[in-house]
Formats: sequence, C-alpha cells, structure tokens
Amino acid sequence: MLSRVADSLYWTSRYLERAEHTARLIDINMGLMLDRSRVSAERRWQRVLSAVGSAQGLGWHDEPDANGEPARWLGVTALVHALCFDTTKHASITACIFGARENARQIRDEISTEQWQRLNGLFHEISRLRTASPSERNLAEFLPTIIDGVHLFQGVTDTTLSHGEGWQVLRVGRYLERAWSLTTLLDVYEREVFLGEDSDDASEYLEWVGLLRICTAFEAFCRVHTADLSHERILEFLLLDPDFPHSVRYSVDALHNALEAIQQHTRTQRGGELMRVAGRLKATLGFAQIAEVLAQDPVRYLRRILEQCREIHDLIYAVYIQYSVEAALAV
Amino acid sequence: MTTTPLRGAQDHPLLRDYFMDTAFDEMFDGAGAIRPHYQALFHELTTLPPEEIRRRKQSADASFLMQGITFTVYGRDEGTERIFPYDLIPRLVTGEEWDRIERGLTQRITALNLFLHDVYNDQKILAQGVVPREVVYSCQQFRRQMRGLRVPRNVYVAIAGTDLLRLESGEFVVLEDNLRVPSGVSYMLTNRRIMKRTLPSLFRDYGVRPIDHYPQALLATLRSLAPEGRPEPTIVVLTPGVYNSAYFEHTWLARQMGVELVEGRDLVIHDNLVYMRTTAGLKRVDVIYRRVDDDFIDPLAFRGDSILGVAGLFNAYRAGNVTLANAFGTGIADDKALYAYVPAIIKYYLDEDPILNNVETYLLTDAKQRSHVKENLEKLVVKAVGESGGYGMLVGPQSSSAERDEFKRKIDADPRNYIAQPTLLFSRAPCLLEDGSIGPRHVDLRPYILFGDKVTIVPGGLTRVALRQGSLVVNSSQGGGSKDTWVLGA
Repeated sequence: MLSRVADSLYWTSRYLERAEHTARLIDINMGLMLDRSRVSAERRWQRVLSAVGSAQGLGWHDEPDANGEPARWLGVTALVHALCFDTTKHASITACIFGARENARQIRDEISTEQWQRLNGLFHEISRLRTASPSERNLAEFLPTIIDGVHLFQGVTDTTLSHGEGWQVLRVGRYLERAWSLTTLLDVYEREVFLGEDSDDASEYLEWVGLLRICTAFEAFCRVHTADLSHERILEFLLLDPDFPHSVRYSVDALHNALEAIQQHTRTQRGGELMRVAGRLKATLGFAQIAEVLAQDPVRYLRRILEQCREIHDLIYAVYIQYSVEAALAV
Repeated sequence: MTTTPLRGAQDHPLLRDYFMDTAFDEMFDGAGAIRPHYQALFHELTTLPPEEIRRRKQSADASFLMQGITFTVYGRDEGTERIFPYDLIPRLVTGEEWDRIERGLTQRITALNLFLHDVYNDQKILAQGVVPREVVYSCQQFRRQMRGLRVPRNVYVAIAGTDLLRLESGEFVVLEDNLRVPSGVSYMLTNRRIMKRTLPSLFRDYGVRPIDHYPQALLATLRSLAPEGRPEPTIVVLTPGVYNSAYFEHTWLARQMGVELVEGRDLVIHDNLVYMRTTAGLKRVDVIYRRVDDDFIDPLAFRGDSILGVAGLFNAYRAGNVTLANAFGTGIADDKALYAYVPAIIKYYLDEDPILNNVETYLLTDAKQRSHVKENLEKLVVKAVGESGGYGMLVGPQSSSAERDEFKRKIDADPRNYIAQPTLLFSRAPCLLEDGSIGPRHVDLRPYILFGDKVTIVPGGLTRVALRQGSLVVNSSQGGGSKDTWVLGA
C-alpha cells in the first residue's frame, strides 16, 4: 500500500473518532448544565476545552483589547457553536468531519463505495445543518447526526471493506485516537473533579455519571459494579477494563493487534521499535492494578500513557509513512 | 444557409425536427435515404416504444451516476464534478471507413515519432528545410533537455488521441493530434459498457468490433517500453491529484490495468532510481504512464514552482532508469503551427502521401496569411497553439465584433501563438434530444493510438457531440457530450 494512502486512511479514521467523542462530550455537558450545579458554566466548559486538547485558541475568550481590558468570556452558546461548527478551529466537530471527508476523497478508490457514501452523506448533512446563528434546536439535531453518522461509517467499514491492510490502518487510527482522547479526559477529571474533598454528593454523582456517559460506559459499568459509583471504580473501569470498547486498555490492545497485523502484511524489518513501544504500553495496562495507580500519582500515570501514545504515532510515521530513503534502503 | 426538413420515407414522428444541409449526415445520404449500415439502428429506434427508450435512458443515466463517471470544469465554483453528458444513439463507422482511418493514423503516428527522434537528435529535417527551424525553436513545448537523449525503442509518443472530422464530402480529416496527455479513453470504454446493456440485441446483430481490451493493450505497450534489464517492470500511473479534471480517468485506468495510481509526493528519487513510498518500504518504479504535463513533472528540470512533480525525475529519466510515457517534449509535434507541416513530415520520413488529410491552416507568422485572416475573422476559427480543451479559441461565425477585435490585438501581439482554420461544417449524427425526438448534432471522432513494440488502435474511439443545436464545439469542458462509436464488420 502506498504510504500516502495509509496516511489518508489513518487520518480519516482519527478525525471521525474525534468528531464522535467531541459530539458526546458536548451533548453530555449540555445536559449536565440543566441541573443546578456547583460547577460554574465557565469552569465546566473550560474543562471541556481541556478535554479536546484545545484550552487555548478556540475563541473561548475574546482577545484582550487594546486598553489592556482582560479577555471576556464569550458565553456557552457561542462557545458550543464554535466547538461544533467553526471550521477555522481545528478541534471543532465540523472541521473533523471535513478533514475526514477530504482525506477519504483523496483515496476514494481505496475504500468501499458504501463507506464513501456514508461519509459523503454525513458531510452534506452537516453542511446543511451549519448555520450562521447558534440555535439549540439545531444542536439537538446536529450532535446525534454526528454520532449516528460515525457509527454507520464504522459499521459499513467492518462489513464492506476487506479486512486487509487498509482496514487495519483504519483500526489503528480509531483506537489510537480513542486511547488518546479517553486518557486526556481522565486526566482532566483527575485534576478537576476527583480532587474535590468537600463534595456535595448529589452534584458529584451527576458529574461522575456524566463522565461514564461521555464514554458510553454507564450501562456497562453498572452491569459490572452496579450503580455504586466511586472514584476508584470509575477510574479502574475506564482505564483498565479488558472488555469494554471505550476503555483505555481495550483501545491499546486493539491498537497493538492492528499494528501487529500491519507488520505481518508488509513484512517490514523496521517495525521493531514500534512494536516494542506498543507492546510495552499494552503490558503496562494489562498488568496494572488500580490501587497501585492511585497510590502513586494518577495524573502522572495518565500523562505517561499520553506520551507513549504520541511516541507510537511518531513511530507509525517513521516506519510506514515518512521514513527516510536511507533508512528504507538500509534494510 | 438553407436547411430542409426531411421528406419521404422517413416521415416518422420521431424525426419531426430532423433537418439536413450541406453538412455530411451520418445516417442519411444526400437524397434523404438511410445509409445501409444505419438501417437496423433506425428500425430499432423507430419501433421501440418511446417509454421504453426513456426507461433505457434513465437506467443508463443511473449507471453513469453509480460509477461516478464525472469530470471537473475549471473556472467555476467548488463542487464542479459533473456527469459527462452522453447520447444513447451509437455512431456507426463502416469497416471499410475504419480500415482507412487505422492505416492513416498508423502512418501519422509513425512519422511523428520519427520526426521527434530526428528533431531531438540529428535534425536532418530542419537542415533540409522541410520544417523551418523557427517553427520548432519558437515552440514553447520544445525541450532542449531532450537533445541527444535516448528513449526506449525511439518511441516518444506511446499514447496519442487524434481528433478527426468528417467533411461535407464524407472524407475524414485530421483536426489535431494530441500527443502529450490525451484524455477521454475511459469515457470511450464506459460508454461501451453501458451501451451493451442498453441496446444488447442490436449490438450483437451489428457484429461490432470490440474495444474492451484497451487497458491490456495499454499495459502491454507500457511494458514493451520498460528500461533494458527490467523484465518484470513495475508500472504506475502518475496523476496530478484529485483536483485534476481527468482524475476519474486516472483512477479508472490504474484500476483496469491493476497498477498503482501515484502522485508526485509518492515518488522519491535516490541515486537516479525512482521509487514509490509504500508501507512495506520503497519499491522501484520502471515505467510511468504520466498524466502530468511536462512543465509540472520535475521542479528541478522544468517549472520550479510545481508541487505536482518529483524533484530529480528528469535525471533518473536521462540516466535511462525509468521510462516516461509519453516522453518529454512531445508537445512540439502537436503544436498547432507545426500541424501544417505534418503532410510534409509524412512524405519526408515515409515517402508516402498522407492517407488522412489535414484541415487547411493559416500560419499567422506569415504577413500575407495574417492579413487575410484578420480581414476574414468572421469566417474562420482562431486557436491558440498551446491550448486544448476548447479554451482560448475564437469561432468566427459565432463571435461578436468585440471578441474579434480582441483576437486581432492578440494576434498582432503574438502571431506565433495563434493559427486560423476555415470554419468547418463537419458531419452530424442522429442524437436523442431532450423531448425524446431524434435530431442531428455535430460530431467528431477521437481514436486512441498506442505505440510500443507495435501500433495498436482499438476500433472506434470517443465520438464527441456538440449537444447544443448549431454548436460546433464538442469539448466536454464547453458543454459537449459523447456517444459510443461502433466500428462494424470483421
């Protein structure tokens, strides 16, 4: 497979996963705002922005003006609108969908017609829903459209695309992005939510349920632990559960599995370091115990996972996509 | 010009708007009688119920849509992908007519390849004054980098598409040669696939000569041009990318041949060898069917601002490590001013008279011809020598005086850049109109010629149609369409 094609498949997949995650993040937080909460709106959306990795530069605040007046908070409506529709902000959902479609368009022949039709259909649907003025009704239609659209794409991907190298590259993109965004989310909650000592139970409970629902994990969690929520159990479930598809461990396992399949397909001699790093991360999560993680510094633990994800991304590029001519000829 | 509605045996309601004048009609002879080879087609069309024709048209439409057979129009807004308009009534060419066309095209491509080899090596034809040096050296497509360079089998033009017209007399003449990156062959082949499904029994009864082996023939041609010592060459199609108007065709050809479709950024040059970058590492490339113009193919050798090309490709080519089809610099042989010399070129190299004649052409560098052209602009067609696709041209009879004045200024400013030809009343073929009736529309014919270890011309080609009544412009970028071409007889 051409490296360029692999690159486009990888980003198509990552962008779609990101769009879905961001859509659910916004949807759940919009819902949480309906209840009375100790968390101020500004604080809550600052948290959302941290979770999409874009605390700066998303039009959260106005620019400080010339007189040195401090930046002004734009308000929930404008911010949510930007997060959904503003194509100049790379973290926005619309920018992700446009990015995914543009990547897929470059390799139209490498994916199935059904995949293309789903993605193109989603693109046109979003273009229709994008309006100049923010409105709640619009959002109520927009967010489910994104989530459903991505699910449909993943469904036809699994049923219409041959499960060869290209399909594995799509899986790499999906699960690396998922591991990354879940870990980032847990990092934010570790620092912002789970630290509060003087908590009022009802409000804390809502926030915790919110976290699980952002990860589509509430039902799955209850089946294992009942609705008996605790910091430790939630973190254990989202970080270390081996079976739940939106846990970090599951994502890393799937990522490792896809990378292994690609290595077999390409028979590359240069994948050793990549497999070592991915395998180490898989083993770290596979053998971890939540008590150990909490006894040490959980934030540092999560940051370490993020670093390794970044390292895996760089190595994928170095092995399969942007390797130097000398390195490739040396083997 | 007087036009007369048809009278007599063809008083069929479907033909209510059919008319004839001095232009050659593909279906009717001068007396209004159906030409023998059109009779079965005519019978089928007039006996099929109108709703059945409509149904078949709809199902053919759906096939085109489903296959995503589209092209891009430049200079308009985004989202300019369109379905290539096509016509359901095939254009018929008799076996006898075709055999002559085939001989003529073979002769022409052979002579033009000899010419290119000569011009880039010994230049005998220039020394002997058969073609003036200034015509060659003033051509923007002349590549001095090609001087003295050996190309495999001395084949410069491996893939050509030559535009033919049929004049009032019924004679086929050459309007222009496309020797750089001719496009449209995918439409020829997809038209055929859809027509076989639309009029299957008629197709069978006619004994139409097959064209479906074109992709294999193209692959064999490219393979025959591989550098020496590469018995199992890796062949790729090089595309400028998804924004190119012919991108559909590039992907289609790559798929049909079973080779990779690459962009410039997929290729790297190392030690004058060409590789493509794959997930399994670098893979050596031997033959590139390139659909990128000379200017953009190597920023080191040609235009430095090109981002479509591959830096160093020309050096690898010069070292003989990779074959490009077509070679660089073939554009001098399809320059519209050089065109006037092609009959002399054929005579010079092959000592034969041209089997297919040229259209009369005025060279505007000649003062006498130039003033004649300027005085008669409303009767002539003026074309920019380096342009194609119907861009940069003036159709005299359909122009305004402001447009004519503009062209006079352009001609005076740069006479080498333009040629003029008489406005040709070329042939019309029956087409299915919007209202379901049948009317005559102007058509041309572009056969596709392959030149490797032998010359292969699949019988037929792309018949392009000027779908607007009275229009003489058949280019897809200017509102033209196409129809299937059936070459009859064994």
